[in-house]
Amino acid sequence: MTVPVEITINGKACSGEVEERQLLVHFIRENAGLTGTKVGCDTSQCGTCTVQLDGVSAKSCTVLTVQASGSSVTTIEGISDGVDLHPLQEAFWNNHGLQCGFCTPGMIMAANELLSKNPSPTREEIRHGLEGNICRCTGYQNIVSAVEDAAKAMGGR
Amino acid sequence: MFPAQITYHRAGSVAEAVQLLSDNEGAKLLAGGHSLLPLMKLRLAAPAVLVDIGRIEALKGVSASGGGITIGALTTHAEIASSDLVQQHAPVLAEAAALVGDPAVRNRGTIGGSVSHADPASDQPTVLAALDATFNVTGPGGDRSIAAADFATGLLENALAENEVLTSISVPSVPSGAGSAYVKFPHPASRYAVVGAAAVLAVSGGACSSASVAVGGVETTPVRASSVEAALAGSDLSDAALDAAAAAVAGDLNGDAMGDVFASAEYRRAMAAVYVRRALGAAASRAG
Amino acid sequence: MTTRIFGSGIRRREDPRLITGRASYTDDIKLPGTLHAAILRSPYAHANIKSVDATGAAGQPGVVAVYTGEDTDGVLNGLPCAWLIPGSDLKTPAHPAIAKDKVRYVGDAVAVVVAETRYQAEDALEHISVDYEPLDVVVSPKAAAQDGAPQLHEDVPNNIAFTWALAGGDTDAAFADAAVTVSDTITLPRLIANPMEPRSALAQWSAAMGELTLWNTTQNPHIARFVTCVVTSVPEHKIRVIAPEVGGGFGSKIPYYADEAITAFCSMKLGVPVKWTETRSENYLITTQGRDHIEEVEMAATSDGVITGLRTTVYAGMGGYLSTAAPGVPTILHGLMYSGPYNIPNISGTVYGVFNNGAPVDAYRGAGRPEATMLLERMVDLVAAAVGQDPAEVRRKNLIPKFENGHDVATGITYDSGDYESALDSCLSAAGYEALRAEQAQARADGRCVGVGVSSYVEICGLGPSQVAGAVGFQGGLWESAIIRFYPTGKANVMVGSSPHGQGEETTFAQIVAGELGVEVDDVEVIHGDTDNTPMGWGTYGSRTTAVSGAAIAVAARKIKEKSRALAAHLLEAAPEDIEYEDGRFYVRGSPDQHKTIQDIALMANVAWNMPEGMEPGLEASAFYDPPNFTYPFGAHIAVVEVDPETGRIDLQRYVAVDDCGVQINPMIVEGQVHGGVVQGVGPALWEGAVYDDDGQLVTGSMLDYALPRADLLPDIEVSSNTTPSPHHPLGVKGIGEAGTIASTPTVYNAVMDALRPLGVTRVDMPLTPEKVWRAINDARNGG
Repeated sequence: MTVPVEITINGKACSGEVEERQLLVHFIRENAGLTGTKVGCDTSQCGTCTVQLDGVSAKSCTVLTVQASGSSVTTIEGISDGVDLHPLQEAFWNNHGLQCGFCTPGMIMAANELLSKNPSPTREEIRHGLEGNICRCTGYQNIVSAVEDAAKAMGGR
Repeated sequence: MFPAQITYHRAGSVAEAVQLLSDNEGAKLLAGGHSLLPLMKLRLAAPAVLVDIGRIEALKGVSASGGGITIGALTTHAEIASSDLVQQHAPVLAEAAALVGDPAVRNRGTIGGSVSHADPASDQPTVLAALDATFNVTGPGGDRSIAAADFATGLLENALAENEVLTSISVPSVPSGAGSAYVKFPHPASRYAVVGAAAVLAVSGGACSSASVAVGGVETTPVRASSVEAALAGSDLSDAALDAAAAAVAGDLNGDAMGDVFASAEYRRAMAAVYVRRALGAAASRAG
Repeated sequence: MTTRIFGSGIRRREDPRLITGRASYTDDIKLPGTLHAAILRSPYAHANIKSVDATGAAGQPGVVAVYTGEDTDGVLNGLPCAWLIPGSDLKTPAHPAIAKDKVRYVGDAVAVVVAETRYQAEDALEHISVDYEPLDVVVSPKAAAQDGAPQLHEDVPNNIAFTWALAGGDTDAAFADAAVTVSDTITLPRLIANPMEPRSALAQWSAAMGELTLWNTTQNPHIARFVTCVVTSVPEHKIRVIAPEVGGGFGSKIPYYADEAITAFCSMKLGVPVKWTETRSENYLITTQGRDHIEEVEMAATSDGVITGLRTTVYAGMGGYLSTAAPGVPTILHGLMYSGPYNIPNISGTVYGVFNNGAPVDAYRGAGRPEATMLLERMVDLVAAAVGQDPAEVRRKNLIPKFENGHDVATGITYDSGDYESALDSCLSAAGYEALRAEQAQARADGRCVGVGVSSYVEICGLGPSQVAGAVGFQGGLWESAIIRFYPTGKANVMVGSSPHGQGEETTFAQIVAGELGVEVDDVEVIHGDTDNTPMGWGTYGSRTTAVSGAAIAVAARKIKEKSRALAAHLLEAAPEDIEYEDGRFYVRGSPDQHKTIQDIALMANVAWNMPEGMEPGLEASAFYDPPNFTYPFGAHIAVVEVDPETGRIDLQRYVAVDDCGVQINPMIVEGQVHGGVVQGVGPALWEGAVYDDDGQLVTGSMLDYALPRADLLPDIEVSSNTTPSPHHPLGVKGIGEAGTIASTPTVYNAVMDALRPLGVTRVDMPLTPEKVWRAINDARNGG
């Protein structure tokens, strides 16, 4: 009961034969081998699996791979080459916006969309924009600072 | 986290979706997936067949239609929250859409999926009840319309036949000069409404010329607060009038309020009055 | 200026792999041919197993094997409890990895399926039929200890696993003579640790070599190896445990679990790698929880608010079995801290560790100390209310005066150093306490419900002297070790036995070496988490890693420095006592131009062309550091809340923290620990609490019901610090990992009670959810 799918991930076409029930996050991790996207819960609450799906952030644990066939996905591995960092990555680093790092890819992907919609958010707006992503380590404070900092670096203000 | 086996069909049209539903007993529609997939991951739901309507363009978007707007069933909460047309004709719907779940959920979750799931803790069904919306559905026998008040028939149950598809929702424009508001007490974990109250108040000559009020999260379906509306009719919308009207919501609750470990039935009933009062206050301040 | 790296908030060296998604956590690791395990869990909280029929699962698609308790019985040994509190009549009933006869909590393992994919393994679970005979269930630890309660273990009457008593001074006399006594029953609900990374195990057995490799989400790989040896009978030196990137633990990744033993068993049976990763729903059911205390507490004081005595009876839930360190948490880490930062001459307490039908309870951030601080800070506020004085002033008059080298308290322990009044003053000043009280008075006059909460705390951490560990029944040592190895190019590796998992010690440890030896931080790489390439260590918990492991590194670095000095003297043809050291350079006193850098020394030591007589080649040192005492960080916190009396909803408006963790190596990381710690303690005050119903079913079984702190519910935490060095620590360091969590629960609780006091509300059980607060307000209005 497998079906062929093709999804463009970080600009590269990824095809495979998958079970119709497979969740997109498992395709990204197992089939495409991109393990930066994490699974942190099973109720669509924690946001560690956040990716960009056809241009908007989505929780990849709440999408079937078959639903996404034909779509385009960007993961944490796709926002920079890992050396020349994305301003958000740089800002998370500079502001100690992470501790264990497990929520970080999803947090950065969610923040990326937040800044795309609101290039100059207030701290309050950042806190609301990240309401779908749970971090247990940082108390969020340095994450908020990091996003604020990235907004400035990205020309928001 | 690992759904049971399914057979998946991607429908290219509403007609095809209806056909697939008719051909596969027990098949479920899949739109954004944000109501159904979480249940499937926990194996609390295990439909054998899924009919994905997510790519049917005809079901997407907001358009103006005589005296109101029509919202395609696949329109996402994010699209509704940022839609100028919604803002113009039914701003309370946009206000509520912005409070659904979180940004990623709003990007994927659709209004059609949300109302079809018929979770009384959802935001939009409450607002649509207050707005006297009409739900347009297509089935093997053609099209029909269902009044918002009749759509949810119980906890997680709706008036759709097994092989009908909700295609759009017609929302009449709120009266000119009316004030509207949706006020929500979100559950701190799930973000669903413990209680949500929607109010649309029109004022004419200093008096309330029309009022429509609904409250969700308390009973198994959204409750249209007709006692509150009656108390408001012709009132001056003073604080005292709003206090008295909000208290009347007790008469609209039929006594089978839901309760859970976070909020008992008694508490939800009490909060219904508090949040109706707050919705009335906000709507009144925006009226005129 | 490399030496100044020590003490500066440089950004973390572990971050690049984390922010780019290139780090490998256990579940990210893929070995060829790996099979996937799913574990069948009891749906009953208490039941006899009459039969298990797994035949239906065996033929399912992709299924390779199915094992039940019959298969593991006699092959896997029971899971050991490793903290055997002496003098407490401790009972340690058997804890099989897979239950065979009886289940004692929802989630107890009953069978395991190994399949080609996890989806298939989950499918097959539905084809195993288990015939259960449900038994009566008991959830409350106090109810479980009563006569006639359902018995979880045959040989444990009244479910009491242990009874631990503490007495210092003459408490009965203190209460008999007291002008003021206050009392309350404080319930600390079960908390779910919720590291964002679920637990995972990947086991690879090599039959040819008789070797087991276990990748595991653990805070202490060396302990995991030791216990894996005990449970699987594979010799310790044939086991390699690797804690790769670990996504938080907060105590819940200290214990050794049935799941890793089962995963290892499967790999050993099948000869291929087997992986198991818990779902979040499983995590909520099976991963150890925290707290579960019912505390009956009384405090005695003079009419002027001077505390004279404290008396407690505590029922501490243990869950269905004793987890690895469970008995030590409500005793050694809890009762011994009953004096807090105060002079309390008379203290007595009795702690009952009680089996109840829930997930096992073990250390969770703060572990015992939040439970102690909560009861103390609650009592101090009640005393303040009883004598009509400001709670900050009552604290001040009871604080132990400043001391620099040792202070004995009535519980029998000796604090290292403290300046509690300065911390309180700093916090009052940072918060603008007087202005806050004025604003509060105005708000109350306006009919608003604003509260200010204050707490002082001291905690025990830096665990600890091994001799004490042995004396209190801990089945291991509590020292740490480090190896510093310099290579010919002057770069160095530091290998440590501790295992940080988010705390940033790859950076702070490098800063210690940089500070001691004058090398660049980037020239030092810290290696941890793999038992094959790190020296023995006891792990990362109890705010001990920087304190104990960091000390071992400092001691090893000083050995390197002394060898370098001797080699430099030889190369510079001077006497060792004439060699001065400054900032990575060894030079002849009075002739700074005649010098050898640490890099020069590293090269010569490695090539060994010209060594002094009798000196071994190489530039490497190891140190085993066993601390002479615990460390005792402290501080004072203030919270401001507003309660909506119509709904009972609480808005946390401000939070001010002043902490003194001794010398700080990286203040940025210290601050981050405070932020996260504070928020983790705010959670149980306002939102968090695992709820089991009367049948032992977990009602708060997912993140949809168990309310974790979210970004939009919190204000910025206002953080500052004082510095009182630990007198016995080579670097003056104390530890900061748990401080915030210890202080913030009572601070926020006290703030809410302060807000509600004018309404006549005197107590509400935690978490202070809106309905509870609303009911308390209504009850008070209706005459209580």
